[in-house]
Amino acid sequence: MKKLKPITVNVDELISLNHYNVDEENAHIELDHENLDEVDDTEFQKLVRVCPAALYKVDEEGHKSFDYAGCLECGTCRICCEDTIVKKWEMPQPTMGVEYRFG
Amino acid sequence: MADTDFDIIVIGAGCAGAIAAYVAAKKGKSVLVVERGEYAGAKNMTGGRIYAHSLKRVFDDYSEGEITTEDIPYERKITHERISLLDPESSMTIDFTSDELGVDGRDSYSVLRAEFDQWLAEQAEDAGAEFINGIAVEHLLKDDAGKVYGIEAGGDEITAQVVIDAEGQNSLISERELGNPRSKRDAMAVGIKEVFELPAEEIESRFLCNEGEGAAMLWAGDATHGYTGGGFLYTNKESISLGLVATIEDLSQSDTTIYQMLDDFKKHPSVAPIIKGATLSEHSGHMVSEGGYNSIPELVFDGCLVAGDAANLCMNLGYMVRGMDLAVESGRLAAEAACDAIDAGDTSKAGLASYRTKMDDSFVIKDLKTYALWPETMENWHRMFTDYPKMVGEIFNSMFVVDGKPTQHLKKRIMPIVKQRGLFKLLGEVKGALKAL
Repeated sequence: MKKLKPITVNVDELISLNHYNVDEENAHIELDHENLDEVDDTEFQKLVRVCPAALYKVDEEGHKSFDYAGCLECGTCRICCEDTIVKKWEMPQPTMGVEYRFG
Repeated sequence: MADTDFDIIVIGAGCAGAIAAYVAAKKGKSVLVVERGEYAGAKNMTGGRIYAHSLKRVFDDYSEGEITTEDIPYERKITHERISLLDPESSMTIDFTSDELGVDGRDSYSVLRAEFDQWLAEQAEDAGAEFINGIAVEHLLKDDAGKVYGIEAGGDEITAQVVIDAEGQNSLISERELGNPRSKRDAMAVGIKEVFELPAEEIESRFLCNEGEGAAMLWAGDATHGYTGGGFLYTNKESISLGLVATIEDLSQSDTTIYQMLDDFKKHPSVAPIIKGATLSEHSGHMVSEGGYNSIPELVFDGCLVAGDAANLCMNLGYMVRGMDLAVESGRLAAEAACDAIDAGDTSKAGLASYRTKMDDSFVIKDLKTYALWPETMENWHRMFTDYPKMVGEIFNSMFVVDGKPTQHLKKRIMPIVKQRGLFKLLGEVKGALKAL
């Protein structure tokens, strides 16, 4: 795996243009450890690279973060890591999640 | 045959599902479509362009002349095909236009799925299909022998003689309930796309298109910073769809995230002017099957058929991408096979087997078979994404740069640039690609 070049784009601003019904109660994606420090670094780094909504982040101090709220429901993280660190991947609850207006 | 709530249940109201529902309803069957989006298209995204032939055939065969091309909410007729080799410092683009591209039956159109899928769903509904929106199918109902006889969604059990799984590319039901394999990381790509709004006249002048017509464009090279994949653009009526596709395996090892790649791509000097002054309206993501023929899963099960993206029916040839016309055709064939099986009183795997036979005889499987070697050829053709765009830039620089120094014959200028890469290696690679394509 190559070292990641600096990230200059703020994806949170981009996905804020989308329409979502965020399900605060239910996480439709879960990793194998609730404490992200225990999640495998290399596998997590793969998710950082492939997720188009930048839900998987590692900050400058090396701390991992994950938030399903801006999920585009593409399933890329599932194909990438369901056999390793992605423990749960379900469709969001009824009427929840992203709602494309263009698509 | 036991009484069921519906003759046919369709999972998903995309191109495959809505067309399957439309055809089955037209054939007089009771049909329920279960769509997880609040409206059809709410969870869908395409590049995207649809080749119109398969949709035309469905409506020619089943609408009694009521639905013609003019009724379909296409964005623009694509009359310009652009392919581009992108290097960080140069860009070489071919812009092809031809009367042939617009001929009825050979025409293709850009679409936006929110509007397009809702229209498709309306046609199915007008034909008599019922819809449940906003709920995902969680499980398939199976009897002791493993035969599918319905679905479970939102805690309700609904039965049918045949279930058509058109759930889309993130195919949870196909994998978890039918036992099809999960796609491999090197046979699946992630697509990322942004929609930029621009006035219609502005789009036509930026792409040299006549009114109502538009362009499709694909980039290889620096769009994905040399990793396997490429950039794409489709002009809509009053917006531009711009994005990237990158193979998950290659991308997961790369030095750039997919969203940073898109940001860099948007800022490339040859791309930035395209979207200058445009308003960003949506940021979306979707997977794209890249494995071709060898990625097609089992299509026929006891009481169940798989169609569209869920069956990995996608062709990325590098210079063109097809998926929606394959989805439409597979939806039609699945519905026809399901209706025949119901009429014959046998919806077992054997009774539904005509779906596979019809698919094998159709352009869907035939074309995927023709290009069976291409996905691996492209996957391993690293220089196509790295050194060849650079080489092309050097060749064109040698032709067009004038600095006042005495010049040399073209051959003397160009041959060193090509030889540096190995002329025979280059010819061999091109020959291999032409053979796989």
